Amino acid sequence: MTYMHIGKDFTPPDVEGKVTGAARYAEDFKKDGMVFARLLGSPIPAGRVVNIDASAALAIPGVLGIFTADDLPPAPPPANPALAKEWVTYIGQPILAVAAESDALAEEALSKIVVEYQRRPFVVDPLDTLTEGGPDPYPSGNTLIRNAGEAAAGTTASGTDVGRIKWSIDQVAAFRAGREPVDAQFGDEWSYGDVAARFAECSTIIEEPFVTIGQPHHSLESRTGMAYWENGKCYFHGSLQSHTVGHDALSAMLEIDPANLVFINENTGGGFGSKIFPYPMMAVTGKFARKLNRPVQLRITRAEEFYIGSARSGMQGWIKIGLKDDGRVGAVDVAIVNDAGSGGGGSASSSAEHISIMFQPEAMRFRGLAMYTNTTPRGAQRGPGQNEMAAVLAPMIDKAANLAGVDRVAMRRLNAPRMDGKIGGRQGGISSSYMPEAIDKAAQMFNWDQKKALPRQISATKVRGIGVGQGFHTAGANGYDGLIRIASDGTIYLHTGVGNLGTYSYAGVLRAAAETLQCSWDNCVVVHGHGDLNLPHSTYQGGSNTMFTETRSSHVAALDVIQKLKEIAASEFGGSADDYSIGGERVFLTSNESKGMSYGEAAQKAIEMGGKYSGMEYPDDIHRTTVRSVQAMQGTGLIGVAKDTLPRSGAVPGMAIAFVEIELDKETGKFDIVDYTAVAECGTVVHPKGLRQAMNGGGIWGFGMAAYERHVYDPQNGLPANVGLYQSKPPTYLDVPVQMNVAGNDMPDPQSPVGARGIGEARSGLCSCCTDECDCRCA
Amino acid sequence: MNPKLTRRRFIKGVIASGAAAASSTLWYSASGADRPAGAVERLLSLNVNGQVRRVDVAPQETLAHTLRYKLGLTGTKLGCNRGECGACTVLADDVNIYACSTLTHEVKDRAVVTVEGLRAADGTLHPVQAAFIEELSPACGFCTAGQVMSAVALLKANPKPTREEARQAMSGNVCRCGAYDHYLNGVMRASGQLS
Repeated sequence: MTYMHIGKDFTPPDVEGKVTGAARYAEDFKKDGMVFARLLGSPIPAGRVVNIDASAALAIPGVLGIFTADDLPPAPPPANPALAKEWVTYIGQPILAVAAESDALAEEALSKIVVEYQRRPFVVDPLDTLTEGGPDPYPSGNTLIRNAGEAAAGTTASGTDVGRIKWSIDQVAAFRAGREPVDAQFGDEWSYGDVAARFAECSTIIEEPFVTIGQPHHSLESRTGMAYWENGKCYFHGSLQSHTVGHDALSAMLEIDPANLVFINENTGGGFGSKIFPYPMMAVTGKFARKLNRPVQLRITRAEEFYIGSARSGMQGWIKIGLKDDGRVGAVDVAIVNDAGSGGGGSASSSAEHISIMFQPEAMRFRGLAMYTNTTPRGAQRGPGQNEMAAVLAPMIDKAANLAGVDRVAMRRLNAPRMDGKIGGRQGGISSSYMPEAIDKAAQMFNWDQKKALPRQISATKVRGIGVGQGFHTAGANGYDGLIRIASDGTIYLHTGVGNLGTYSYAGVLRAAAETLQCSWDNCVVVHGHGDLNLPHSTYQGGSNTMFTETRSSHVAALDVIQKLKEIAASEFGGSADDYSIGGERVFLTSNESKGMSYGEAAQKAIEMGGKYSGMEYPDDIHRTTVRSVQAMQGTGLIGVAKDTLPRSGAVPGMAIAFVEIELDKETGKFDIVDYTAVAECGTVVHPKGLRQAMNGGGIWGFGMAAYERHVYDPQNGLPANVGLYQSKPPTYLDVPVQMNVAGNDMPDPQSPVGARGIGEARSGLCSCCTDECDCRCA
Repeated sequence: MNPKLTRRRFIKGVIASGAAAASSTLWYSASGADRPAGAVERLLSLNVNGQVRRVDVAPQETLAHTLRYKLGLTGTKLGCNRGECGACTVLADDVNIYACSTLTHEVKDRAVVTVEGLRAADGTLHPVQAAFIEELSPACGFCTAGQVMSAVALLKANPKPTREEARQAMSGNVCRCGAYDHYLNGVMRASGQLS
């Protein structure tokens, strides 16, 4: 299909500000009378706060006050409290905030505060707490229990509790040794098909243990925030991946009516899953500002960002894979124990979903368990679960393919999901899949057939390895609102509540509206990032969901605009709306194009007609956030607003295939990635440069996860060993290929008006595929 | 490649410039009040972006602190505040330095340029800025100012770097989003080697 905008590069409106320094992030904002707040973290991994003596700090001139857990609603475990008191569960956990006229004074005040703690036993290894008699990270247990309960007031955790699961010493020992923990209790299980019967039909069976280690998000912009209150409203400069979808949650944390919150966040310096929704610390920023009646900037340092900025959940597991004679995956059995850290979550089921969709096993069983430890909270990070499993599976699938005598790529193509692919324990359908075609395209780009014939020995110590891996992440939803305003001068304002975390999808999704309206992009204004700019209720910005979800809502809003344009024209020139067409930013009588008006003239007419045309009336099914925005724009132009009720079924898969070539020095262990070639199976490519950004970035996160980044804790003292960037070691220029080679499969998904699915998470973990003859297991 | 811009020399330069403020704790206390009275001149004339700015500077104050919080030049970002990420990179006499690890007093006789000072007088973007836009180099953008300044420093010293030279020269700037390929494309475009 030929598009005006879809598939074409464009310059998103925020790029210039990023290269000139004009783009502002939360810490760049100042406000008259602003004071500075800093956090005091726990020096112990587990215990409770007995007493806080801040008298010396408060005696310092310019120190304005402290803010503790007593200033917040109780947040019992497993909620992750903004400030801890009764349940201190990791080193670095914030205990209190102190505010002063300058950040230096606030820092000085911290050194004067004396906190008395009562220690509790702690544990940093999930298998240690799982062992009978082992310490528990919380007084009430060691694992997450789903109970469908309500969230505590002012918190966002709901439906969870802390329970206790223990395995026998023999079961843990078996698991540590890489064997199945027979008859062990798990917290989450699903299966489909007759697993035992399918294994019996397999001619190649492998059993392997695996370990993946969590890694901190280390978003380069820490979660510094600034808030102030004016006339009962809270103005909050924050750092979130999403925008309007978090509005109600943040309002709840601040205990205010959503109409009284103005959230401002035009740019976000990275989140990678850790800033999808409002995080607990935002309550401190907002409420401390209200308590002091001063604007408060709560500054978060790099070390504090490590502690409170979330991390990927590590996992330990056991897997059994069976291949049939023809190379098809007959059965899979997998057991996973996640390290959920303090109050975090595991992603084992997502890991198992990755197996189910990528290899379509005929039968499968999954068992999972998320164990709390006294380490930093774990949360979503770039394809949580799926990307760890991509790293785990690649060498195992290679091993199975080699044992079965099947080419590694051919084996993946044979088992790849087709249009009728299934996913997960319920074996639900998917919106579409052209994964075999993507594998073919990537293999050709990489020259797989030629490269696999290359000699592996390069020199006396250097060997070559080539590998292949697949990624998957669910990448789409529905039911959000689109909002467009055409002003009487003809300018088309495309409003979006999508956050701006650097993928440019906040603007890319609006290209679908411009496409539907057949208008020039130069005549469009992207409206985003500021709660006072009348934004619609949009999807959360994470997990690659935006492109599929928001091209749909943009499209339905544009359809609403077009219908109104036609009705306005019909009222002016006669006939019915169906007699009219659009083109060249005009609406005109299809049979006589001279009878028509420009979009701007129609917008002026909409203002005069009122009612639904100018936003005086609006659909019943739009979200209250969108309602407020429409009400604020009433009478200012032609208003197009609609909720996405387009048909949708099945999961929306964002998938990718990647090839990697490395050169490994077997004496030193140093390796260089000399080729990275990847193809996204993401439906129609909306923004080619944006796709390259997403694919390359995800690939590099995969390199980091497979080869460099680590969460390391000292089991004796509970201390983290790699708080800083230097120790955590995210990849640098020197750790990635000199040039990277990526493309999109560019085949349309039938459930998107422009054929787009999401991509962004599905390529991480792909470096782990180098299990070639060089025996260079990266993961 | 010009040896002036090797990673080793870059790091040595940072250390030599008085990078005493290596931890955030020290940094936050660095601008405080416990200095010996009269030990160091406080009111400095700083040459920043071609303008002389009079500014009250504490003895242990970092350049990043001065730029961001006293001169309002917030384009210079603080990612780690300990010389690990490069988000705070600025130029001092055309050499890229970490502003978080450089004392402001150390640059009082040098010409400091921040990302806000790169435009031409008529408002035209610097070729590096224009190339970064063309290549969609930034992702989240938080590291971008530092990437821009390192690229500008590189091209001043080596107007036609190879891609390998460029990545060596830029390797003191971390991009957590992983947009390295796009920044390198931008450098090559700005040097006229990519069309």
